[in-house]
Formats: sequence, C-alpha cells, structure tokens
Amino acid sequence: MTTLTIDHASRWFGNVVAVNDITMTIGPGVTGLLGPNGAGKSTLINMMGGFLAPSTGTVTLDGDPVWRNESVYRQIGIVPEREAMYDFLTGREFVVANAELHGLDAAAAARALATVDMEYAQDRKIATYSKGMRQRVKMASALVHDPSVLLLDEPFNGMDPRQRMQLMELLRRMGEEGRTVLFSSHILEEVEQLASHIEVIVAGRHAASGDFRRIRRLMTDRPHQYVVRSSDDRALAAALIADPSTAGIEVDTQEGMLRVQAVDFGRFTALLPRVARDHGIRLLAVSPSDESLESVFSYLVAA
Amino acid sequence: MYDPTVARLTYRALLGRRRALILFVLPALLLVIAAAVRLLTGADDSTAEAVLGGFSLAVMVPIIGVVAGTGAIAPEIDDGSVVYLLAKPIKRPTIILTKLFVAIGVTMAFSAIPTLIAGFILNGNGGQLAVAYTVAALVASIAYAALFLLLGTVTRHAVVFGLVYALIWEGLFASLISGARTLSVQQWALAVAEKVTGGEAVTSDVALPTAVILLVAATVLATWYAGQKLRSLTVAGEE
Repeated sequence: MTTLTIDHASRWFGNVVAVNDITMTIGPGVTGLLGPNGAGKSTLINMMGGFLAPSTGTVTLDGDPVWRNESVYRQIGIVPEREAMYDFLTGREFVVANAELHGLDAAAAARALATVDMEYAQDRKIATYSKGMRQRVKMASALVHDPSVLLLDEPFNGMDPRQRMQLMELLRRMGEEGRTVLFSSHILEEVEQLASHIEVIVAGRHAASGDFRRIRRLMTDRPHQYVVRSSDDRALAAALIADPSTAGIEVDTQEGMLRVQAVDFGRFTALLPRVARDHGIRLLAVSPSDESLESVFSYLVAA
Repeated sequence: MYDPTVARLTYRALLGRRRALILFVLPALLLVIAAAVRLLTGADDSTAEAVLGGFSLAVMVPIIGVVAGTGAIAPEIDDGSVVYLLAKPIKRPTIILTKLFVAIGVTMAFSAIPTLIAGFILNGNGGQLAVAYTVAALVASIAYAALFLLLGTVTRHAVVFGLVYALIWEGLFASLISGARTLSVQQWALAVAEKVTGGEAVTSDVALPTAVILLVAATVLATWYAGQKLRSLTVAGEE
C-alpha cells in the first residue's frame, strides 16, 4: 500500500500560479488526472515525481517528502511526457541502463520489455521507433524496478487506437495488482475508460474528485446550450419555454435559429423531439454549442 | 561516487553526437600544423612554443573542454532525458562526479595526447617543451571540465558562455590585462607545468601556490555547485 499525499500544495512561476492550493490523496488503483491543456497537470505530476518543489505545501510518499529525496525512486516509476530518451541507444540498451541505475541486472530489463511487448524491436535504435514504441519503452524503463507507484504524464498522446488499448490494458492490470497508478489526460473518454477514480484540475485548482460516474453527472447536469433550426422557430420556442427544463430561448431571426439554454439535460433531450412532433414542427438541426471541454471544465470550477 | 552506467551513457552521448567531430578535428588540425611547421622551418624551439602555447593550450584545450564539459550534461538537461538519471535512487552529486570524470577523461585524451605528439613532431621534445605543455594540458583539462560542466547545469547557453570565457577572457583580456591572468585556467596550468619541468620550458604569470589553490578551489567549488544545481533541477513540463 503506497499513498501519495498532496497537502495544500501550490506552485507558482514568477507571477503565474500553475498549481493553486491542491490537496489530494492518490492511493492504490488507477487514478486519472483530468484537465484541459495548461491546467497545471504536468506541474502537479512533476511535483509528485520530485522534479519540482512545491512553493508552499507538501508532497509526500507514505509520509516521506518527495522533493530532494532520491530514495523515493525505489518506489516510484515515472513515464515523462517528453520524447527525448537517449535515441542513440537500442531499446534494450536503454532499459538495461535504467535497470542498472536501480542496481538491477539485465534480467529485470528483459522482464520489463516483455511486459510491454517490445521484445521484437528491442535491438533497434530508439531513434527509429514510432511514438507508440517509444511510449512502451518508456513504460518498460519505469517498470524495471517493479515500482509500487507509477506516474504517467499524458501517456496516450499521439498513440493510435490499438496502442492506446494495449497501454490501457497494461495500466489496468497494474492497478489491479495494487499499484498506485496516476496518469494525466485532457480527454474525458480516456480517463473514463481507464480510471476508477478521477481528479479534475482546472486553471491550477482542484475542481472535482470522485469516481467517473460522479464526474460524468457533474458534467452532464450543467446547463447546456443548444442551437436549433426548425421549420417554425417561434412556435417551437413558445412550446419549449413552457417546460421547466428550458431556462431561456433566444430567437435569432437573422441567422434563422434558436439558442436554447437547457437546465435539465436528460429531460430536455427527451422533450425536444416530442414537442416538435406534437406541434407538427420539423427539426432541421440540433447541435450543442458549448460542448468544448473548456466550457465543461469552467462549469465544474464554478460549481 | 562513481556510477559506471552513468559514465557509459555519458561517453556514448559525448562521442555519438555531431559535436564530437570537433573533438577529432582540432587535434587533427594541431598535428597537421605541427607537421607543416616542422617541414617548413625545421625543429625550432620558439616556433614549437608558439604552436603549443598559442594554439594547443590557448585554443584547443579550452574548446575541447567546452565540448566535453558542457556536452557531458547540457544536452540531457536541454531535451529532458536527464529525467531518466534523476528518477533513480542515485545521489545527484554521484551523477555530477561521474560526468566530471568522463569530461576530464575525454578532455585529457583529446587534448593532452595530441599535444604530446605535436610537441615531439615540432622539436622532438627539445627543451622539454612537449612534456611541459602536455602537463599543462592535463592540468587545464581538470579545471575546464569542472567549470564547463557547471555551466552546462546552470545555463542553456553553456557552449556560448564557455567559448566566451575560453577565447575572450583567457585569449584577449588575459593577454592585455595582467590582473586577468590571475583568473585564467591557462596560467594556472602553466604554473604547474613550470614547476614540473623545472621552469626552463614554460613560465607562468601566476605563482605556483596561488595557481594550485585557485585550481583546486575552482574545480571543487564548480563541482559542488553543479551537484547542488542538479539536486534542485526543475524539469519543466511542456505545458
């Protein structure tokens, strides 16, 4: 049982606050760190990995500070986001070097390479590897000492769907084995598929925490904006506003469309087609206008 | 204090990059110059001294020191791959010391050995010139490697600063202002060489005790500080 504890940690760079008073505990199992680009996920992961000192607050691993404490790396494995990794070595040489730096032998490296299914390309230079192969060799280098904590910064970036599935499977297995696995992502679906527990970071602040159902509900329960085009916008507007699931409607005569603000997502999506049918109105287009992740996140922060 | 894996990675990174060409080109140039001078003017002590002091010790040794010293760590910090060294249960000063040993070894191999050969080509070690300048190159290698390794940990523009120090400070200011010579690795190295060879072949403007104290102090302080920098090295993300 290894637990990473972040206690009122903040980190600023000059005047910019990258991480703002975050408190969270990461325990065994797979945790997803979700947030839009620039939210401070990498800063937070770097603090957890001992590569960045918190400006205030503490980051500890089972009670021991992570910063300036090389011994924590016996327990932590890190998969950095950056690509650079001694390209002049072969995959095997790279992982063997990582094993040796942990005081282990080539057998440990061979096991790690087998775990990520990279034996077939282990004697090729890393410079010739695809993005997915690099990612897997990085994984092998992080797993070589059988760590109880695994930190991965945007591990799925640039991977094709098959590689993504393989890595998800591997991380899931690590989580089931009782390891503490934390990965960051800006894509909700990735996090939802893999993580049993989600921490949401927006603009450096801890916006939400919980299992994916809770986060999903938070995200779907927010007010939704829709753009609707129909054969009779005014009649449709009049019928929709009568229902409590609709908070406001703007009839845009210039563009020829309705802007609808719905407060009850489930009810509104059932209501709209029924109302249209009852009034003999044809729906020409229905599209959500604020589905960008940023707007979802900014709602979460305000909530 | 020394990690063979760190050393192996450093050697391969140093000699595997395009920059490493300079490590081969400069010594080759020295040998060509030495051979040409010998053929054209015959064995002559003052010409030999001009080549060994003016090119080998003043230009080649510091440039090779810059390439080896900064190259031993700066590219890894630049591209972020240093993370793979830092995320290990290895003391950061051990990483720095190992890289220092590699940088010193490479600088010595690519500067002192060619200097010795060039000295023998120029005048057959007449007046002990070849040995004196080889000793100077060996001594200078230690201090240059330490100073430029430190530069590699503190700035992204380590090569530029390194060359500015080596060529402008030591080459220009030190030749114009006598006070600047006191703070010149080249003069410290010459002071040691002067003592080793009995003061016939080379002379230094800095007294031996001062030179030795400054050499040791610069090397130790630079290495200690580089270790401290690495302990608190911030590996920024790409956000």
